[in-house]
Amino acid sequence: MMNNLGVVLRRELASYFATPVAYVFIVIYLVMAAVFTFYLGGFYEREIADLEPFFRFHPWLYLFLVPAIGMRLWAEERKYGTVELLLTLPITATEAVLGKFLAAWLFIGLALLLTFPIWITVNVLGHPDNGVIVAAYVGSWLMAGGFLAISACLSAATRNQVVAFILSVVACFVFLLSGLPMVLDLFRGWLPQAVIDGIGNLSFLVHFTSISRGVLDLRDVLYFVLVIGFWLAANRIVLERKKAE
Amino acid sequence: MIKAKSLSRHYGPLVAVDRLSFEVEPGTILGFLGPNGAGKSTTMKMLTGFLEPSSGTAEIFGHDIRSDSLAARRLLGYLPEGAPLYGELSVERFLRFVGEARGFRGDELIRRVGSAVERLSLGEVLGQSIETLSKGFKRRVGIAQAILHDPPALILDEPTDGLDPNQKHEVRQLIRDMASERIMIISTHILEEVDALCTRAMIIARGRLLADDTPTGLLARSRYHNAVTLVLDDLQAAASSLGALQESREVEIRRGQLTVFPSGEGDLFEAVTREVRAAGWKVSQIQLESGRLDEVFRTVTGSEEAA
Repeated sequence: MMNNLGVVLRRELASYFATPVAYVFIVIYLVMAAVFTFYLGGFYEREIADLEPFFRFHPWLYLFLVPAIGMRLWAEERKYGTVELLLTLPITATEAVLGKFLAAWLFIGLALLLTFPIWITVNVLGHPDNGVIVAAYVGSWLMAGGFLAISACLSAATRNQVVAFILSVVACFVFLLSGLPMVLDLFRGWLPQAVIDGIGNLSFLVHFTSISRGVLDLRDVLYFVLVIGFWLAANRIVLERKKAE
Repeated sequence: MIKAKSLSRHYGPLVAVDRLSFEVEPGTILGFLGPNGAGKSTTMKMLTGFLEPSSGTAEIFGHDIRSDSLAARRLLGYLPEGAPLYGELSVERFLRFVGEARGFRGDELIRRVGSAVERLSLGEVLGQSIETLSKGFKRRVGIAQAILHDPPALILDEPTDGLDPNQKHEVRQLIRDMASERIMIISTHILEEVDALCTRAMIIARGRLLADDTPTGLLARSRYHNAVTLVLDDLQAAASSLGALQESREVEIRRGQLTVFPSGEGDLFEAVTREVRAAGWKVSQIQLESGRLDEVFRTVTGSEEAA
């Protein structure tokens, strides 16, 4: 079982680094993360030794950068017909879906790890709670996985990468903000409170914020794992239905 | 053996493949012949496990493509239409990927990739990224990935499409070399390819099997089969006297050529040459026809349209 998951994963990663995609993504990600942290987050001005200004903007960074990675996952395979090559090898659809997702997720994880200088900086400047920082890193990566699973699924729905990107940004935006009043107010008054609480609980922001405060609650972790699982299962179904079009 | 059992595929109301049944034995080069959109590619996509049949099924050496898809796929090599490849990878990296997916590791992987590279003369472009290669090389990479695991059956969808005449010749030679002891299924809409390459041909149109024969057998269906075609100075005179022969059924003048069709009695070619000598016409060309595939193709697929 799953013998070929690693094969798919390695091929996918090889493609990232054979094109400028990997380098462009990593550079843009690091520059943007720094800009947000130091200018918008007021990292120095706050004079508090933590990485809250760094992690606070991750959801917004991912909102655009993760769909940019996810949009090509299947749309490109379908456009160039390589999906036919891939799925007629003795590789199961599940191995293909998981392998491609994991490759992209690991790649985003690599970009995230490359932000380590800011962690060193904050440790040089003061005495931060490194447990909180580790939890926030884990939370950030999990959230990126959620965005990525949504993007991967929507990428399988079209052979046009631009369409995949736009659909993904919109879907990620909805998931990101579903806990905020601007979304909940739409439902208030005509849906029972329990449903509204349910929608509020779907928010990436709510779960990420709670993890990044240093509380690595199993429920928050489980939430992201379930979101990823759900969208990947959907990805598999969409792929089966759309691959031949 | 590959065995298709009432294989069908619908796209909504459109029937792409309609209850196709056939069997192929090793050592056969089977040509799927048909107009564009006839269902050739869809049939191949089902045999290779890419598309689920709407009904019916097929067996690849005893493995059902629906219930035992992975085992069936292991026994197949497949070149999809247009030979799609991961263009950003180098030839070597790509072939290694396919080899790994086929379950080869370590020395065995190196050996398999090496022998495919040698067989298709890819040595000089091994480190080059696939997208920078010429069309002929790309096609060879596509074939290399299909034969990497030395499968007992190869399915090639339009292997020569879009290639120049030299490249076409080269790919055909490769197919011939690889055919012994194997099942080869190729699709094409180029008629002379069937004659030049295949040991068996199936004409498919609108998803239905209309003819299944050897190329010689198909040629024998042609009205030109055993007809005699001449190019000579006095077409009209020759037409009337040759048309009167007992061995001839009718004559036809077309683009400066006179064709005499056999009635089935006696030896037409001998009768015609005798007549030519006796009459003293100036003949610049005389030819006994084996049949014309394009005419058979049009008749077979055209009668379908009329029905």
